[in-house]
Amino acid sequence: MLENLSVGTLSNVSLRIPGGQVVCLSGPSGSGKSRLLRAVADLEPHGGRVSLGDTAQLDVPAHQWRRRVVMVPADSQWWFDEVGCHFPVDAKARLPSALGFPPEVMGWSVSRLSSGERQRLALWRALVLEPEVLLLDEPTANLDNDSTEAIETWLLDEIRRRQIAVLWVAHDPGQIHRVADSHYRIHGTRLERANGSD
Amino acid sequence: MEVIDLAWWKLGLAALLILALAATGYLARLGITRSLLIAALRTVIQLALIGLVLEALFASSAFYWIALLALVMLLVAGREVVARQGRRLRGWWAFSIGTGAMFVSSFTVTILALTVVIGPEPWYAPQYAIPLLGMMLGNTMTGVSLSLDRLNDSVWRQRAVIENRLMLGQTWQQALEDIRRDAMRSGMMPSINAMAAAGIVSLPGMMTGQILAGSPPAVAVKYQILVMLIITVGTGFGALMAVSWGGRRLFDDRERLRLDRLVKT
Repeated sequence: MLENLSVGTLSNVSLRIPGGQVVCLSGPSGSGKSRLLRAVADLEPHGGRVSLGDTAQLDVPAHQWRRRVVMVPADSQWWFDEVGCHFPVDAKARLPSALGFPPEVMGWSVSRLSSGERQRLALWRALVLEPEVLLLDEPTANLDNDSTEAIETWLLDEIRRRQIAVLWVAHDPGQIHRVADSHYRIHGTRLERANGSD
Repeated sequence: MEVIDLAWWKLGLAALLILALAATGYLARLGITRSLLIAALRTVIQLALIGLVLEALFASSAFYWIALLALVMLLVAGREVVARQGRRLRGWWAFSIGTGAMFVSSFTVTILALTVVIGPEPWYAPQYAIPLLGMMLGNTMTGVSLSLDRLNDSVWRQRAVIENRLMLGQTWQQALEDIRRDAMRSGMMPSINAMAAAGIVSLPGMMTGQILAGSPPAVAVKYQILVMLIITVGTGFGALMAVSWGGRRLFDDRERLRLDRLVKT
């Protein structure tokens, strides 16, 4: 839940996202979508209040907040040589088949992954933390149409099952139509609710 | 054995050789002539002046004069640490962190060595205190500036990685772990390499000087061992403090990476 949040050129952004629901966010590039997500994750100085249930952002240490409100950036970063080192030990056994990886992927070296593969694995890396809120910054930007829809289905299923509240930055109207429970668009300095028709 | 004093005109011979090198460099267009001449001139002037200062200091041996010289040395070293960083913290932070780290590590270790190990009477006797502190500060300065330079530069380059680690709920210490290890390594490497090569590849300057001045090699060697060990200790703790204070300053109280606190020098 966001109250009067302001960051960069955006001001007075108020939003409430119930658990298990997806709120899509769109707007021209440079309008501050990513900065808004970063403010919710408390990675950027901002005004206003953000809270999760009864917990306000400033009530808990920042890293604990970010464990519950996990952001997946548009270009994910990998800092160890091996894929598996970025995951907890038991993540290997639970690797979802919808991602389209063989179980050996945890032993692969990061350098042989394509950008689309990195993006899919980054989503799984965020989900294994069992977040209460997910902030997704164009999560399917590097994927082809088929895998985009497969990933959307898998994500929506996980979101509903775990009752995660999701703020999803998207460009493609088709995707917004498929995944969004509600849709907001950035207009200048404000956030405006888009009509259900698009 | 009496030390052979050097007449000033004999130093002129060495200076002539520098001039010859400078002339060769000029003719071959190597582009080093100017900086070579300026550096040579600085050496002569700075060392001649410190010679006069030390003569006066040894004559008076008053504690406050020694303390004043030590303070000047520390401040100059602090300025040098700031100048050697490609990117540094904004404002007074760069100077304070570097100088603070050097002060705590090199002064503590020097005083410890003077009072406990060497034990001159009084403990601040300038013949021991000033050269020892000079060697400590010189090496600590290198270690602190190398490690801070590496820290700031790597954080700048790897900001996306650090922020991605923060997004996954890591603390700022975890997100900075690899970079901190790298920065410590580059600060400590010169001292470790010097210890490894000592006596086989290189005869360290202090020992050489003492032997030239007539000390028995056995005594000179013991002093050299002491100096190399405490230099490494001072450099290590200095770099450790600089890296942990500098790293802390790169994040704010909400554990956000604050690259706006860095400026390019």
